[in-house]
Amino acid sequence: MQDTGFTIIENKRLAKDVYRMILSGDTSAIKNAGEFVNIRLDGFYLRRPISVCDVEGDKLTLIYKVVGKGTEVMSDMAQGTELMLLTGLGNGYDLSLSGDSPLLVGGGVGVPPMYLLAKRLLAQGKRVSVVLGFNTADEVFYEDEFKALGCDVTVTTVDGSRGVKGFVTDALPESYSYFYTCGPMPMFKALNKAVKTSGQFSFEERMGCGFGACMGCSCKTLTGNKRICKDGPVLKKEEIIWAD
Amino acid sequence: MGRLSVDLCGIELDNPVIPASGTFGYGYEFAELYDINILGTFSFKGTTKDPRFGNPTPRIAECTAGMINAVGLQNPGVDKVIAEELPKLRKCFDKPVMANVSGFSVDDYAYTCERLDKEPQVGWLEVNVSCPNVHGGGMSFGTSPDAAAEVTRAVKAVTKKPVIIKLSPNVTDIVSIAKACEQAGADGISLINTLLGMRIDLKTKKPVIANTMGGFSGPAVFPVALRMVYQVAHAVDIPVVGMGGVSCAEDVLEMMIAGAAAVEVGAQNLVDPMACKKIIEALPSVMDKYGIDNLMDIKRI
Repeated sequence: MQDTGFTIIENKRLAKDVYRMILSGDTSAIKNAGEFVNIRLDGFYLRRPISVCDVEGDKLTLIYKVVGKGTEVMSDMAQGTELMLLTGLGNGYDLSLSGDSPLLVGGGVGVPPMYLLAKRLLAQGKRVSVVLGFNTADEVFYEDEFKALGCDVTVTTVDGSRGVKGFVTDALPESYSYFYTCGPMPMFKALNKAVKTSGQFSFEERMGCGFGACMGCSCKTLTGNKRICKDGPVLKKEEIIWAD
Repeated sequence: MGRLSVDLCGIELDNPVIPASGTFGYGYEFAELYDINILGTFSFKGTTKDPRFGNPTPRIAECTAGMINAVGLQNPGVDKVIAEELPKLRKCFDKPVMANVSGFSVDDYAYTCERLDKEPQVGWLEVNVSCPNVHGGGMSFGTSPDAAAEVTRAVKAVTKKPVIIKLSPNVTDIVSIAKACEQAGADGISLINTLLGMRIDLKTKKPVIANTMGGFSGPAVFPVALRMVYQVAHAVDIPVVGMGGVSCAEDVLEMMIAGAAAVEVGAQNLVDPMACKKIIEALPSVMDKYGIDNLMDIKRI
């Protein structure tokens, strides 16, 4: 974990309410796909936790959805703006369990962390299938980027305005060795019932600090109490307790 | 003795800056960022007799210049704290540490304090009679002078270490409670714990916090905290540890001029994990600016 200054080099709209921010700074604390950063914003007391979409050299890519006042302010930030980021937060995905043909499932703003994960898995010579779920065509982003990496990509939309009509669970491939996912809770519950292998889920929770100090984001698991920010956000399928 | 040194119940601190309980874990998360031995001391996560998961999530809500938490004293219980957390704490912190204790009965408090009394690294017991986030315990002991005094007596009977009673601001007359604790043998008073607060999410029309209410802290509460520290410090003859919204060196000096012997920093650690380091480093120049030579002889009002 470290707290460092980053400079915005790009901040643009990708889809409905979804923006991509590319920052330049010291990314050395970011180790694994599935980690997040916590961004300090002037005028807001708590930081904003955003998952890492990509990191390359000193370039950090974040994709975020405008859900409140903080992310709205972020969406208006100009190139050249400096921000303080806590980096190297969260455990990230464990790639060692992926097998040869992992499946990556992203729902909405849960798609971004799948990008760095796909890159890392492809670099290990894995065959990567990706299913990206959205509500409507105007929400879809990064379909081409995942294809450009060399993934087998399927997009689903609930209203059928793009790709397969339905949910991600309507478009899962026949076979895969393991799965990784990030997305909303209803998708997690449906996916948990539909998958044929073990896998890893990345959870979201309201956080205080983002680095394990305040116990604001704790959850119960079969392997004990876990802080989503520090012991997560990625939990393994076998340890998750599904609330009704 | 340096110009930042202060005395807290007979133990010298290199400086008055103390991360508050619940905002600093057992220290090791912060030790990744800086050498926490620069701190005066720190108060570790509130410890109870039995393990506690705490409240359902969401436990956190943002506010203007502050935050609400309703963690609910999540901790692994005193036995596990001693067996697993204190050894890890020892690896990153050499100084006497402040053990923060909560309970749901007078016997609970005594049991937990008796265990922690045997730990050589524990310098002070900070007894929390003011947690707003648990039912049937915590704050209910801190809202009545008699109950607070009873807890104080029970704890004093099982330890020779200095006992600091941490008080709630959610009372009509905090001075009467502080005085009752002093008369019951308390060695110090710390205040304020969080102010009971609430937020509503307009999208769902429901409280943001799963537990409906929680403890409000952050810079917004500083003036309230300072006023209460001033009132209590003038009513008792034992040391007072001031806290509540402290987020910079200037706040530390205001607290000490109001009568605090040392100062705890809470929520600020969560938004800026380097906060206490920055405050300690800024203190000498801020003291110079306001003509304060050393903190031990700071002129109180």
